Amino acid sequence: MTTKSQAVLNWIDERFPLTSTWKAHLSEYYAPKNFNFWYFFGSLALMVLVIQIVTGIFLVMHYKPDASLNASGIPVAFASVEYIMREVPGGWLIRYLHSTGASAFFIVVYLHMFRGLLYGSYRKPRELIWIFGTLIFLALMAEAFMGYLLPWGQMSYWGAQVIVNLFSAIPIIGPDLSLVIRGDFVIGDATLNRFFSFHVIAVPLVLIGLVLAHIVALHEVGSNNPDGVEIKKKKDSRGIPLDGIPFHPYYTVKDIVGVVVFLFFFSVVVFFMPEGGGYFLEYNNFIPANPMVTPPHIAPVWYFTPFYSILRAVTYPLFGLDAKFWGVVAMGASVVIIAFLPWLDRSPVKSIRYKGPVFKIALVIFLICFFILGYLGVLAPTPGRTLVSQICSVLYFAFFLLMPWYSKLDKCKPEPERVTSK
Amino acid sequence: MNNRLINLIKRAAAVLLFAPAVALAAGASVQLDKAPVSTEPAALQHGAKLFVNYCLNCHSASFMRYNQLTNLGLSEQEIRDNLMFAGERVGDLMKIAMRPTDSKVWFGAAPPDLTLIARQRASGDGSGADWLYTYLRQFYRDSERPTGWNNVVFENVGMPHVFWQLQGEQVANITENADGTKHVELSLAKPGTLSVEEYDKAVADLVSFLVWMGEPVAEKRKTIGTFVLIFLFGMFFLTYALKKNYWKDIH
Amino acid sequence: MSVDQKMDSSRRTLLLATSAAGGAAAVATAVPFVASLTPSERAKAAGAPVEADVSKLAPGEMMTVEWRGKPVWILRRTPEMLASLDKTDDKVTDPLSEEPQQPDYAANKHRSINPEYLVAVGICTHLGCSPTEKFKMGAESGMGADWPGGFLCPCHGSLFDLAGRVYKSMPAPTNLEVPPHQYLADTKILVGEDGKA
Repeated sequence: MTTKSQAVLNWIDERFPLTSTWKAHLSEYYAPKNFNFWYFFGSLALMVLVIQIVTGIFLVMHYKPDASLNASGIPVAFASVEYIMREVPGGWLIRYLHSTGASAFFIVVYLHMFRGLLYGSYRKPRELIWIFGTLIFLALMAEAFMGYLLPWGQMSYWGAQVIVNLFSAIPIIGPDLSLVIRGDFVIGDATLNRFFSFHVIAVPLVLIGLVLAHIVALHEVGSNNPDGVEIKKKKDSRGIPLDGIPFHPYYTVKDIVGVVVFLFFFSVVVFFMPEGGGYFLEYNNFIPANPMVTPPHIAPVWYFTPFYSILRAVTYPLFGLDAKFWGVVAMGASVVIIAFLPWLDRSPVKSIRYKGPVFKIALVIFLICFFILGYLGVLAPTPGRTLVSQICSVLYFAFFLLMPWYSKLDKCKPEPERVTSK
Repeated sequence: MNNRLINLIKRAAAVLLFAPAVALAAGASVQLDKAPVSTEPAALQHGAKLFVNYCLNCHSASFMRYNQLTNLGLSEQEIRDNLMFAGERVGDLMKIAMRPTDSKVWFGAAPPDLTLIARQRASGDGSGADWLYTYLRQFYRDSERPTGWNNVVFENVGMPHVFWQLQGEQVANITENADGTKHVELSLAKPGTLSVEEYDKAVADLVSFLVWMGEPVAEKRKTIGTFVLIFLFGMFFLTYALKKNYWKDIH
Repeated sequence: MSVDQKMDSSRRTLLLATSAAGGAAAVATAVPFVASLTPSERAKAAGAPVEADVSKLAPGEMMTVEWRGKPVWILRRTPEMLASLDKTDDKVTDPLSEEPQQPDYAANKHRSINPEYLVAVGICTHLGCSPTEKFKMGAESGMGADWPGGFLCPCHGSLFDLAGRVYKSMPAPTNLEVPPHQYLADTKILVGEDGKA
């Protein structure tokens, strides 16, 4: 480095912790050297967040949150999305990046969460990272749900109608609560405008704050790894973990490869199948919202369907409260329970590599149930399907609630002293 | 142990991937004919002409501007001369004079805007083009309907058969299947000005135009996408080589 | 594991190649985003050429048509008005329209295709106000006894003659802009499009 730029850097460092931040989080942040495939999804989630923010900023320049009808009898909000798709130069690409990005975000985040399950990344001392992560997931669901109303198509409208009406199931305050959320007696212009406000300002701010907290907490305690052993236990004479390597350049160059591979698949969807087979952009959402006609079959977007299935699986009233209320409780619980994992897992080891057969079987059953629930959530309910979803819901909760026992009983293998390669 | 787990997950994933296909196949209610969608300018121009002459009186295409038809190889002068009514500018949207509230009274339902019809009509049964292609060829005479027409894929449709002079008149022979569902067999009672093949071709052209109109940028999107994928493919080798180079220090 | 002081040459090549390719990708990605800031098809349609029928315009009268949201003046000049341009020749900055403020076919003294009709964008070249007409000559105009007729910008007092030429030492730097236009017929002007050669 030339002395001149060194001088500039010194000037800044005396006023702002630039070099020390760079070192603490990148060039001298020591990450375990044995990260595998699953460890790409954290940095990918961050990149998708950036894609969503940048494309979102440009979409807001042209989108109009207005439910009134234009001269052709089409809602202004719906027409403004088609305006972006057809009349704004490059608008179609920006919109497809944003709509595909929403689904990609959930794919990446689900895989990122599954990584945590595999290698016990939620275990002490990383409980707060996990809790921040769960909150990020919750905020992301809120963000996606409110964003989905904005195109003001039939699925936007009726999806929001159904979900907001869930809140009316809460005893006493429910009906008033759903009225306050809508700001009207039906989903209307007031709802559209407040969802727009939340989607573009409030929730993104919360999301960015939580992501920062997630990363700061991670860098405080250090990353877990596929072996689930703490690399900080074995350090060299300079205090550097023996199995640690600087995040930059090693993991930056590695993550860039992951980014390129991700962008390849992302581009396949954006450029060749932007509707994602009707899962990323639902066909009925190309029909403008019509409060008079409900489409024959309403399903939430795919990333909500596992939780939606749990909601529908509850068909028994209990303690004098109707099934609808308990369905809402079950759906809420199915997300919130994830946050309690650090205290549910009593296994002596963190990683699946050293856990016994019981945990492995439990995880596989859980995964299969999650997929079945997700699949059933897309379909219209039948008695048979409801029964299957009830069984899967019970197994879903059993995975968490029985974990303190089965994880303790399990026959684990001894953890190694140091991380292993491959 | 680890391998066994991975195998289990793989097997579960395979089952779950195939399950939707089976369920969707079982759920199909209407048999749709595969639409021979074309991207040839000649077919699209013919479709545009049919659209303007037969559809644009009652249906609008209010997200389309006339001058976007230049992307089909027409000049602005040709559009003005052949496809527009007097008093409209070539940059205008394809709107109609009929007000949605009036047409609702006349037809029972307002004729939908057709700009996005090919995207709206897609379903598990087939693409939007397949639906439109089948729908426009399966009108039949039904004296019980106010318009005198009914349709196989869109039962009790409000729209009359606007192409009847071209296609002729079809009649239906309705029988009941073993499971109680209806089976409709159409036959041509009175031929129209076009032969069956000519009519199918005309409908195919119109449907191709409707598909194009649903997303005029679609072809350009795929072209750009091809370049993007080629670039990313090359980029992969470059970044992978860089990663390998750095990581050769790590043991 | 220690980072060598001298980078090996293949790493250097790879770093340069990856950075170059990444930079190119970043630029390419920026294209649709920047493009989205340019006028949309709707704006272009609204900014399409407009026809003006000048058959009912009496000599000495001016009409205004809207083109791209801007006022475009069409002034039918009397022989007297045209004669006044001789008087203002040495008072204006750019008497021969050498600045590119007009299509080539209007780069003349009267700044128009047909000397009789002036077609100009009614926006002051200083800061965008619309000048007011001061067609009357002499003291009657309130512009002084030797005023030959022209335009006055109310915002900062720039003066223009009856060909839209700016007076010397005025806030406005250049003559009024003449938009592309053509005659579809003797009394029908299309504003916004050059005539095809």
